Amino acid sequence: MQTWSLVSICVLLAIIARWGVSLNSYSGAGKPPMFGDYEAQRHWQEVTYNLPIQEWYFNTTNNDLNYWGLDYPPLTAYHSWICAYIAKTINPEWVELHKSRGYESTQHKLFMRMTVLVADLLIYIPAVVLYCLYLTDGSSKKKVSIMFCFLLYPGLILIDYGHFQYNGVSLGFALWGILALGLGWDVLGSMAFSLALNYKQMELYHALPFFCYLLGKCIKTGLIGRGLFLLVRIGVTVLATFALCWLPFLAEPSQAMQVVRRIFPVARGLFEDKVANTWCSLNTLIKIKSILSGDSHFTLCFLFSVPQCHFKVNSSLAFFLFSFQVHEKSILLAALPACLLLNDLPLMALWFLQASTFSMLPLFLKDGLLVPYIVTSLGFLFFSIYLLSALDHCSEDKLRLGAYNKLFYWLPKMDLFYISIAAMVGLSIATAVLIPPPHLPDLFPVLVSTTAFLHFLGTFIHFNVVQFSEPPSRKSQKKSN
Amino acid sequence: TETFGISTAQLTPLCSVKNLIQVPTVRSTDFEVHRNWLAITHSLPVSRWYYENTSEWTLDYPPLFAWFELGLSQVARRFDANMLQVENLNYASPATVLFQRLSVIVTDVVFIYAARECCRCVREPKGSRDVLSRPSFVLAVLLLWNFGLLVVDHIHFQYNGFLFGFLLLSVAKHLQSQHLQGALLFAFLLNLKHIYLYVAPAYGVYLLRSYCFAQDNKDGSVRWSSFSPLRLLALGAIVTSVCALSFGPFIAMGQLPQVLSRLFPFKRGLCHAYWAPNIWALYNVLDKSLAVLGVRLKLLEEAELPPASMTGGLVQEFEHSVLPSVTPAVTLVCTLLSILPAVASIWLRPHGAQGFLRCLLLCALGCFMFGWHVHEKAILIAILPLSILAVESREDAGIFLILTTTGHYSLFPLLFTPAELPIKVVLMLMFTIFSFTALRKLHSAQGSLLHPLEVIYLLGLVAVAIACEVVFPLSPWQQRLPFLPLLVTSVYCAMGVCYAFLRLYASLLLRREEKPKQL
Repeated sequence: MQTWSLVSICVLLAIIARWGVSLNSYSGAGKPPMFGDYEAQRHWQEVTYNLPIQEWYFNTTNNDLNYWGLDYPPLTAYHSWICAYIAKTINPEWVELHKSRGYESTQHKLFMRMTVLVADLLIYIPAVVLYCLYLTDGSSKKKVSIMFCFLLYPGLILIDYGHFQYNGVSLGFALWGILALGLGWDVLGSMAFSLALNYKQMELYHALPFFCYLLGKCIKTGLIGRGLFLLVRIGVTVLATFALCWLPFLAEPSQAMQVVRRIFPVARGLFEDKVANTWCSLNTLIKIKSILSGDSHFTLCFLFSVPQCHFKVNSSLAFFLFSFQVHEKSILLAALPACLLLNDLPLMALWFLQASTFSMLPLFLKDGLLVPYIVTSLGFLFFSIYLLSALDHCSEDKLRLGAYNKLFYWLPKMDLFYISIAAMVGLSIATAVLIPPPHLPDLFPVLVSTTAFLHFLGTFIHFNVVQFSEPPSRKSQKKSN
Repeated sequence: TETFGISTAQLTPLCSVKNLIQVPTVRSTDFEVHRNWLAITHSLPVSRWYYENTSEWTLDYPPLFAWFELGLSQVARRFDANMLQVENLNYASPATVLFQRLSVIVTDVVFIYAARECCRCVREPKGSRDVLSRPSFVLAVLLLWNFGLLVVDHIHFQYNGFLFGFLLLSVAKHLQSQHLQGALLFAFLLNLKHIYLYVAPAYGVYLLRSYCFAQDNKDGSVRWSSFSPLRLLALGAIVTSVCALSFGPFIAMGQLPQVLSRLFPFKRGLCHAYWAPNIWALYNVLDKSLAVLGVRLKLLEEAELPPASMTGGLVQEFEHSVLPSVTPAVTLVCTLLSILPAVASIWLRPHGAQGFLRCLLLCALGCFMFGWHVHEKAILIAILPLSILAVESREDAGIFLILTTTGHYSLFPLLFTPAELPIKVVLMLMFTIFSFTALRKLHSAQGSLLHPLEVIYLLGLVAVAIACEVVFPLSPWQQRLPFLPLLVTSVYCAMGVCYAFLRLYASLLLRREEKPKQL
């Protein structure tokens, strides 16, 4: 069959999966007074539409920052404004100042879900399709298979269409950036990534590799002459994009500072909820929180993260594992580069992606998304294993351990894989069905995050080994990965 | 076979995945219907089943389906015993919904098995091809991913997958020359849902002609001397035993007339609330337009016309204003006349199991076109078996594309909530893209599948869809003529269905090259 028909059928299937998940519940459904992320997004629409721009990030009588105050960069605010504008034409009650707090109805839910789908269709899905068709190698069937598995990654679908967020926009922009860099359009790539950064500050996870790659490219083409010219062009593009996004806030320094304070809340603690983070896992053994004070946390995290410069997965994973105030949803930022690796290292990529979805299980249970979680995970596992023949790719050279092979030859890879899947399934069932003993009320979420952490650590080590064992010629050929 | 092994392995989880995702969608009255039947069969003694009318959704399927519901109710007890109380009308706890949805998904196993059997009957061409272009794979996807079946079963809620499994299995058995098994399966099917009476004439005549008469003369006509009473007896025994199993207790209790009156409620109107795209839809529209025209031209008095109840969307008896009214007897005669040539053709010149399949399709379509109170879901009885023919012959593929696209589009009004709009549009697009591209690739050597005029007609469907789903709700006519989009849909699709009907007839009657098979 022709590629275009296969691609369209796959994209349509991905849309069905997304819309199917979106028919389920969302975060904070029917849970006053604070509700959840869904209400947060609705509230931002209300705030951005009704209040002047200067008041968006400030605590005023009309804008109570304690009730879901804006804590993303301005592009999110502009997106909310556009959605609010459309919402107002359909039903003004949805964004009425103050009165619409906690507004819930089937039509409104439909509208909100539609906004996510439209954003995905415009930004994320085309990026994935183009990336898989143009920047992966293999037969066209292989490319379509990779694209399909990429689009079916359960974590993103469940968070965006279930819990309710707009990660597709920021990840989509980042992917456009990667795509542009891969095709050699550095300026456009940096602009796309700047847009991603201006949408969600968590894209900083990806910033280091981007920066290092572009800097390396400029140096390689000669720092005197073309390289410098490229550097200047990129710098100007980035600055211009930032300036454009922050334009309304640049009139007064206090405005800009307030926005920065909102999007980097250094005052909060080291971790929230039970996140599959080093600190979180360590915390169960040592009460780190009580030992260190707030600022030293921050520097510690940064020190750990700096060495990982090149490999995007490694850097995002490092940030996730070791950084500050991590939300479990941030694993999505590591998942995106992992999806890009579906072509080269299918088994490890799919293992990691499955573990990342599993790590968010407590969140899904809280939102009532158990059935979509089960269905999408099973579907994803099945399709990746079948379409990508992932289980065949576990021989030593396929896993690309290179010189470090001798260190790890004793690890039974396939058995580990099956054991881990069994463990994830078992823990999922246990968390969903069993009631924890009263003296250990958080037993299952902690178990889940610890298991996930072990997976992430293992993947982190593996990818590091792969990166450092690559022969230099291959490294220079490799694109922004 | 190996190729099909790959197909099922690919497609089964595909289906399950999708089915489960549809669990939370809006439920229809059919959901309450089946819950009520679970309650009736579980809580009441057998003698009361066909008399019970606490709920308006009385038991109107044959007894074997009631036994099936009884079996289901034993499992339902473990999910939520409250759904089995007859008084709990419109009871829909999450456990109930989950159970009902799961029961459809589980009974779909029958359909998957039947699809596999059908794929085994398809001739594989020589030479290795990649999996996606093999006829058996294409057939498997066309059957398992049939848009109509997905919509009707999983969003609308019925057990059609289960029932169509029996139909396709029976057809597959006949194609594999195992006629007694085929007859047994059809007897079961008839006793599960009597709508399959539509295709009973095809079965009856085919089995009588090609099975009971063991041999044919050289020119294909009947060899009376080869009549085999043993075979006839075997068939009779099968049919009577199944009917006894199903109706037996009710005949013993003397309730047969009551059961039959429940099964065949002729009090309902000529057309279902949403008009099925058949001849009577065209007839109604003609009648209405003549009435309007007559009033405009002052040939008729507006006061003489009966009130506009036909387009009110209610299910009741009503009369036509200008053209003669249609009674059930008239529809029966028209139906019989429409299927007579097909049935006669397989009696006089049997073309083996393939001819039987064609006759089955024509009986299904004929009854759809001319029947009394036909539901648009009945188009699936024609679409599903036609898939088998479509992967083998280019001409049938063309007819299939027309019938499927129009038939599936006519199901759109069944899903009317905004939440279901993306699902139905995307699913329809998926199925249409696949059927067009796959069938075109399969028959690419023999030329194009569709005539340009047919393509224009199908593109017109897109225009109708946009007009009905997008333009109309935002226009001022929404208040005054709420039934208009349904009317336009029915009429436009009726034209396509009639056209497919005529072309299928032509392909049966003009077929000369196949030799009749010996059984």
